[in-house]
Amino acid sequence: MELDRIEKLLEKYFEATTTVVEEEQLRDYFSQDSVAPHLEQYTPMFTYFSIAKDERFTKQVPLKPRVSYHKWISIAAVAVMAFGIYFGNDYRQQKEAEFAYNETKKALNLLAQNLERGTEKVAYLNEFEQTKQKIYNNN
Amino acid sequence: MVYTTTEQPIMTQSEFLNVVMPFKDKLYRLSKRLLTSAEEAEDATQEILMKLWSKNDNIANYKNVEAFAMTMTKNFCLDRLKSKQSNNLKLVHSNYEDGNTSLQKQLEARDSVSWVEKIMEDLPEQQKLVLQLRDVEEYDFNEIADLLEMQPTAVRVALSRARKIVREKLMQKHSYGIG
Repeated sequence: MELDRIEKLLEKYFEATTTVVEEEQLRDYFSQDSVAPHLEQYTPMFTYFSIAKDERFTKQVPLKPRVSYHKWISIAAVAVMAFGIYFGNDYRQQKEAEFAYNETKKALNLLAQNLERGTEKVAYLNEFEQTKQKIYNNN
Repeated sequence: MVYTTTEQPIMTQSEFLNVVMPFKDKLYRLSKRLLTSAEEAEDATQEILMKLWSKNDNIANYKNVEAFAMTMTKNFCLDRLKSKQSNNLKLVHSNYEDGNTSLQKQLEARDSVSWVEKIMEDLPEQQKLVLQLRDVEEYDFNEIADLLEMQPTAVRVALSRARKIVREKLMQKHSYGIG
């Protein structure tokens, strides 16, 4: 009776219509010692599958401590900022110096203009002085 | 405010290992089935686990990490086989198989259980995969269909064919062995 069932299961097995549970029963049947002689030819198949299941992965996996994505982003952001401040500062100082130079130049120009105007007036004054001397000398 | 909902807690190493532990052997056995060499299978498994670890952030998002890892392994090994073929390493590989004819190996080959392993080595990749996933790992048809991106009925057909080929080859070897 049991044998009859195993034969039916085998038939279904090769048509791939057995369930996982039924296949388990087949493996169980073929793993015991009293397999019917005419079915013994199938024993290696089911025995092999049972053996193959027991193979283990034993190698160690070196898992590097993971630096998270966010951490890298913040490191990058800090780097960009430091870069910006350093070179930005340089740039700003240069701009400031340029501005100061231009302002000074403007101021000096203004001074020069006024000085020129001053000297023109002084020229009139000279004329006046000379005329005055002439008059004094005549007296 | 919106960001807090999408952020995943990052797994620690031991949490990750707990997730991976139940199926790491399956990854290895699948790799070994496809790559045939134990050493290469170990390297492949190691690489897959390291890839998973580096994806760690998203791992919690996957409903089925095991299925994801199995698919990754399958693709990784098939790619590796493909690049081997294009590098003409296939020749080297078959040499390697032939080189196994030490006395001990010959004795082992006589053992009919390891015949089954040898028979499986010669199956087409798809049949190899289906047989491995069903008869060794005991996945159901829908899981296998998802993993291999096949229709469940196609899985059934491939599985039936693979089982019948193994049976047939085993009968042949058996009769030679006796005769």
